[in-house]
Order: sequence, then C-alpha cells, then structure tokens
Amino acid sequence: MSEASTKKQTAESKPSLNINARDYGLLAALVVIVALFQFWFTDGKLLLPANFNNLISQNAYVVILAIGMVMVIIAGHIDLSVGSLVAMIGAVSALAIREWGLPVWASILISLLVGAAVGAWQGFWVAFVRVPAFIVTLAGMLIYRGLAIVFLTGGTIGGLPDSYVAIGGRWIPQWMGEVNNLDLFTLLIGVLGALGFIASQFRSRAKLNARELPTESLVVFYGKLVLVSAAMLFFAYRLAQHNGTPYVLILLGVLVLTYSFILNRTVFGRHIYAMGGNRFAAMMSGVKTKWVDFFIFVNIGTLAAVAAIVTTSRAGAAQSGAGNFYELDAIASVFIGGAAVQGGVGKVSGAVIGALVMGVLNQGLSIMGVDSAWQQVIKGLVLLAAVAFDVTNRRRSGTA
Amino acid sequence: MSDIILKMKDIVKEFSGVRALDGVSLDVRRGEVHGICGENGAGKSTLMKVLSGVYPHGNFEGQIEFDGKPVEFRSINDSEHTGIVIIHQELALSPYLSIAENIFLGNERASRGVIDWHDTNAQATELLKRVGLKEKVTTQVLHLGVGKQQLVEIAKALSKDVKLLILDEPTAALNDDDSAHLLDLIRGLRDEGITCIIISHKLPEIRAVADTITVIRDGETVDTFAMTEKDNSESRLIRSMVGRPLDNLFPPRTPNIGEEVFRVENWNAYHPVDTGRKVVHDASFYVRAGEVVGFAGLMGAGRTELAMSLFGRQYGAHVSGKVLKHGKEISTRSVNDAIANGVAYVTEDRKRFGLNLIATIAANITGANLRDVSNYGVIDLHDEIEVAEKYRDSLSIKTDTVTKPVGTLSGGNQQKVVLSKWLNTTPEVLILDEPTRGVDVGAKYEIYGIINKLASEGKAIVVISSELTELLGLADRIYTISEGRITGDVLREEATQERLMQLMTVGEN
Repeated sequence: MSEASTKKQTAESKPSLNINARDYGLLAALVVIVALFQFWFTDGKLLLPANFNNLISQNAYVVILAIGMVMVIIAGHIDLSVGSLVAMIGAVSALAIREWGLPVWASILISLLVGAAVGAWQGFWVAFVRVPAFIVTLAGMLIYRGLAIVFLTGGTIGGLPDSYVAIGGRWIPQWMGEVNNLDLFTLLIGVLGALGFIASQFRSRAKLNARELPTESLVVFYGKLVLVSAAMLFFAYRLAQHNGTPYVLILLGVLVLTYSFILNRTVFGRHIYAMGGNRFAAMMSGVKTKWVDFFIFVNIGTLAAVAAIVTTSRAGAAQSGAGNFYELDAIASVFIGGAAVQGGVGKVSGAVIGALVMGVLNQGLSIMGVDSAWQQVIKGLVLLAAVAFDVTNRRRSGTA
Repeated sequence: MSDIILKMKDIVKEFSGVRALDGVSLDVRRGEVHGICGENGAGKSTLMKVLSGVYPHGNFEGQIEFDGKPVEFRSINDSEHTGIVIIHQELALSPYLSIAENIFLGNERASRGVIDWHDTNAQATELLKRVGLKEKVTTQVLHLGVGKQQLVEIAKALSKDVKLLILDEPTAALNDDDSAHLLDLIRGLRDEGITCIIISHKLPEIRAVADTITVIRDGETVDTFAMTEKDNSESRLIRSMVGRPLDNLFPPRTPNIGEEVFRVENWNAYHPVDTGRKVVHDASFYVRAGEVVGFAGLMGAGRTELAMSLFGRQYGAHVSGKVLKHGKEISTRSVNDAIANGVAYVTEDRKRFGLNLIATIAANITGANLRDVSNYGVIDLHDEIEVAEKYRDSLSIKTDTVTKPVGTLSGGNQQKVVLSKWLNTTPEVLILDEPTRGVDVGAKYEIYGIINKLASEGKAIVVISSELTELLGLADRIYTISEGRITGDVLREEATQERLMQLMTVGEN
C-alpha cells in the first residue's frame, strides 16, 4: 500500500495545477530501481509475494521517521536523536508491560507521551533558547541511548504479549476468506483505495471547473488515474497472495495521508514552509516562528515513539542497541525525496518515496546476497548521487 | 593645477543596459581631502568600486591614472598594492579576532607561514597610536563600538602604506564625538601627506573637512569646486545634487483627504545591539484617510527603523511611544496585533523580509492572512488561488499562473506580489518602504497608479523613499527625517527638492 498511497499523495497534494516534473521524476527513479532489481539482479525475486510483504514491514520505521524528519528539515533544522529515542522508548514500552504489569494499550499511551515530552524538551531548547537543533539533538542522541542502556540494564526485555507483537509483525485476519489463495479483504481495500483516489480526483477537478480555474489537460488527468489505480491494484494483488494486509500498512497509510494533509492544507503546514523559505519574511507576516519550531519537535518526538513501538513489536523485544542509525536512514530518505538542505522545500510524498528507494535497495541487495558492509557503501553513494543530481538540476533551472 | 594623484576620465559603467555611470570624470590632487556628494543612487559607490577594482578593468569604459601612470586593476588586491584602500560603509572586520590580527589580516607579519606575534603586536600598537585609539591590540574587535572599529579599519589601511584612502559614509553610524574625532584624524592624515576621498550625506561635515568637492548626479559629474572658491555654500551643493526637472513620471490624481486615521506620538527606539544609541527620537506624525504622506531622509536617517519599530517592534530596543487609530490607542506590539488593527507594512528589502521566493505566488499573497482562506486551520487551496487570481487581475501581475514560484517573476511583479500580500490583510493604514526600489520605469508608473487608487479608496498611506522626485510626485505632505528626528512637515505645494534636502541634512543643533 505504501507505494500506492505515495502516488496518491503526489497527485493529490499539490496546490499547483501544473505537472510537477520533479515529483514524477522521483517516482520514475523508484520504478527504474525496482525494475533493475526485479528483472536484472534478482531474477524476479524482489517482487515475490513474501519479499514484497517483508519490504513493507521491514521499512515501516523509516517511513514513519521520515515523515517527522521532513517537517523538521523543511523548517531548516535537523534531528539526530530519533534513532536513540527509538531505543529508549522501546525500553520504556517493554518495561511498562513486563515490569509494571500494565496492559498493552497503556504501554502504547505511555510511549507516545514520553515521545511527545522528549520532543517538547528538545523543542524548548531549539525554539526558545535558540540552541541549534544539530547540537540539541546530538546531545539527545547520547542521552537517550545512554538511558536506554540504563533502563534495560544493558540487556534485552522480551516475552511481549501477542497483541503487542502483532502491531509490527502480523497481518489483519483474513475474515472474508480466500479465492484462489488470494485474501479477499486485501483485494477489497485495493479496489476501494483506487475508487477513492479516482473519486477525489474527479471532485477536485469539478471544483476547479466550477470556479473556472485552470486544470490539467485531459490526457494527463486520465493517464494519472489509470497509472495510479493500476499500481494500487497490483499492490493489493501481491499482498493478497501472502497473508494479506499487515497492520503496519494501515498505520502507514493513515500517517501518510494525515501528514500530507497537514503539510499541504493546514495553516500550521503552510507556516512551516514559510519559515523554512524565509524566516524573516514569515516573522514579518505574523508567523509565530518559535511555536512552530516547538511543535515540529513535539511532533517528531511522538512519531519516534510510534516507530519505537513498531520496531519493538516486530523484534518481539526491547533492545538497548535498537534504532541504530535510524536517524540517518530517515534523513537520507528525506533528501533523496527532494528536500533542500537550506530548508523550505520538501514533501511527505517525496520522503516516503525516498524511504522506499532505501528499502528496495536494502531488500534487493540482501536477496542478491551482497555483504552488509557493501550495502552501506552503495546506499551512501546513492544518497550522494541523488542530492548531487537535485542540486545541479535546481541550479540549472535557476530556482535555488 | 598642482600635482594630480588620481585622474578618472569618462568612466561609463552599465548594469544590464542601465547606465549607472555615464561619463564621470574626477581629478584628485595629492594631499587633499576630496569630498564626493550626491543623492542615493547617484553613482558614488559604483564609482568607488570602479576605482578600487571591485569591477575589474574591462568591465567599464574610461581611463584611470594614478600617480601619473595609467592603471588597470583586476581586483581589490591590485588597487591595494598600488596604495589605494577603500573603507566601506559596512565595516569588514572579523569580530572574534583581535585588533592586531584584524589589522594584519591577509597581510600577516610572518616568515615562512609562521606568524611573528611580537612584530604583529608591536606594529599594531604603533598604528593605533597614529589613529588615536586607546585600546589593547589583543582586544577582540567585537568588544569595540562602531566608532572604534572604524579607527581599526583606518589603522589597517595605514598598515598597507596607503597613498589614497577612500572612506564611504564613514560617519553614518557614528555619534557626534566619534564623528568629530574621525574628521580630525582625516585632517591629520592629510597633513602627513595621505590623500583622502570622503563620501558623505552630511553636507555640513563634508564642507568642514574637504578641500575640494565633486557632485555626482545620475551617473555624471555635475559640479566640482574648491572650498577656496567664492561660492562654496551649502545651497550650491544642494542645487547641484538635485537640480533636475520633475519629469512627467506620475499618473495624475486629485486628492480627497478625510479624517485623521493614524497618529504616532513621541515614538522612541534604541539600537538593538548598541542599546545606548537612540535611533528614533521622539517621532510624532499623523496620516489622514485618502492621504499619501511621504517620508524623506537620507540612508541611515532612521526611516526604516521608525517603520519597523512601529510594526510589531521588529526593530530596536526600549521602544516607547503611542500609536492611535481614529483617536483610540491601539497596540502594534506584535506583527499580529498590527495586522489585526489594520496596519500593514510593505518592507523595504523584499527579498529578505517580504517574500518567500521559493513558494508560489498564491502562497505568498495569502501569507499574511491565511485566516481568510482557511477554516479551523485547514486551507482551502481553491479559495487561495481565487484570491491570488483576484490580485493578479487588479494589480496586473504579469504571470501565466499564480502557482509558480514568485522568484521567477521580474522585480516589478515581485513588488506587486508583496503589495497584494499586504492589501489582502485589508489594512486601513499602509506603510510602503521604498516601494519602487529595483523596479523598472514602466512598473514604477504602475505602482504609483496602484498607490493613487488605494488613496482614492480612503486608505491612509505612508511612502518612505530615497528618491525625492518620487515623493514630490506622489505625496500630499512630506515629513523629513534626519538622524532619527522628524525635522520637517512640508505640504506638497510648498515642497521643493532644495527645501527637503536642507531639512534632511540638518545636523543636531
């Protein structure tokens, strides 16, 4: 579903009525990478149903963190602490269940609250004391990792209940049954998703027409409808072949839609872009820049808690070494997704596609049996190439 | 004429088709202080950049002779090697380095790359003595006030065996004592045989220190006279600086002035860093409905500081005073308060303070009033585009779509976007700071038309401008500001450029 929902975002989210070449280019790059692995390097193994399913649950944390990170980066900051925070909150969450004997829902609630509180702490230093976010979150990176080790006394807490483990590692029960070994419920979601997308596109176009505002040409419009719907249906088909819909996919779908909406359609989201594009101009227009900064960090703290729950439940245990380098995965995804280092530019859809690029690389290289050391080398080079391409492109078009 | 150290002949410099310098000639005698005067934008700074090699040889037309030989500078380094040093208005010292390190920056007292600190500090001490600065040479520059930093700059120039020292607006940021000291120092350097060129807006000061004065206007030399000549009066200077006919650059308008809308009483503001320095002194003024009020003042007079401290206290420390609208006191403490009370401020530097260049035209236009196009914090993107289209029509912003980045527009159209943004807050009082800077002649005319139309709709309008012709063409009434004080309130019928220039250049009495 991630891929489909991403495409949906790309198409729906823009206030612009032009085709945004950059967005489609990024999507095309993802398709090319998938095709290379599918047909060239892995002999069709990448998109086997089981691998496809894995791709989603294995990379869910990157998508979640990248969504928070893209907002931080648009505002012109950075957050280096999320990896350590994932470990620390994972520890808290496991302790709540195993040591304090709390139910799963209470553990989740406490995790989210801790995430928000840590975000508020960092936001306070960044927004009101004006310590650069790089420093605040670098300090956080050390603090939370240390605390995670303290909480777990250096070890691991396992034995988490089934309902907790299901969040990151299980599938929605196939309650509608199967036809030809295909989960009907998953297929239904795919069909509904495609129809929903088509309906929203028609509605938006009708609104524009009613107000006599310019619209996309018909070819582009229908082309987009066909391609996106087809991708969603294929996606659902693959998932239906193997256990159906993972819980975490629903979570990702909700997060992606919600945050695209926040960034594109709300006053808060607009203020983030305005601040990142020109902080002085935003201040002179009455944007309360300090509070916007503060809430961006509260938000990423909370999302780090979500990532912590997903990671801990998938692993079935809290580990003090969890979340290592997660912050770098998230940052890389955001920049591959077209965000600008100096702020003001970036999209949830781009960050998600960036996360998928990283995910496909991980998965594809693993299937090929590439040594993990070399995987890091390759991912590093891809990040460098993507941003270099973006920078030169922008310079040529004169918008940077 | 005696010994000429510098001869600039027929200098022409164009910027993408616009002639900033149109055949300027300048003769400077050895060992004199030569003053250069002119309005903002007359071409003084451009001329000095040509001289100091900021614009390399071949980038302009005309000849420069220094010490009797033709010179072709390719960079500032070239001109400094010849003995020409320029001290810019914005000082260029590195704040965390010591005075001595700054003096020898780029010119270190070193052998084989290793700095000789004894030599450095000893020579720096000597230089400080020459410029009369009583500070330890190991003091970090950030602990010095602007006046002392200015002296460090001069010491730095002296360390390079300067023959011709150019000072661009050296006293603009100085208080009276520091200014007096600096002028004494310049006289002292002249007696040591160093030639000085001083650019200044402060006419009394220039007449006090200069031996010869050259006036530049619209990129041409219009007058040169020695202070020994019979007519060396301030009025001769002012006449030369402004003496141009008022062109027919302004759309006609019949003012229809109503009740008083906006009044500011006893407004004071201090410099945000140097908090002892008062930048705005007891300013009081008023604007009526349908009235266009001009603010004239030279650069650094405190016009923008007045406006920015008024608008949400975005400038200054210890700001005090009263703001009234329709006779009732209102708050403009924050930008949001000001906007909510119907005050809008179109900033001077649109790229820095006015626009988010990478965002769309539509997003910029709604940026100061998102409430208008949103419900419960959710923006209606269609409403937003509709609002943008409305302004695109009414202000004729030239673009094929309002959804492209505002940075792709021309200067004039960008300015119209900033105007749209503030009109969209439905202000009653509109403060426009340099509304036509960096805008071509055609777009200027359009912007004047917009201003006239807004006035006819009953808005109270303040226009801050460096161009006197613009104020004379637009405003019903003109306030003059000099050194942070309002020094005059002149009706359009009684205003002449000479009179305004005189009020703008009065010193502290």
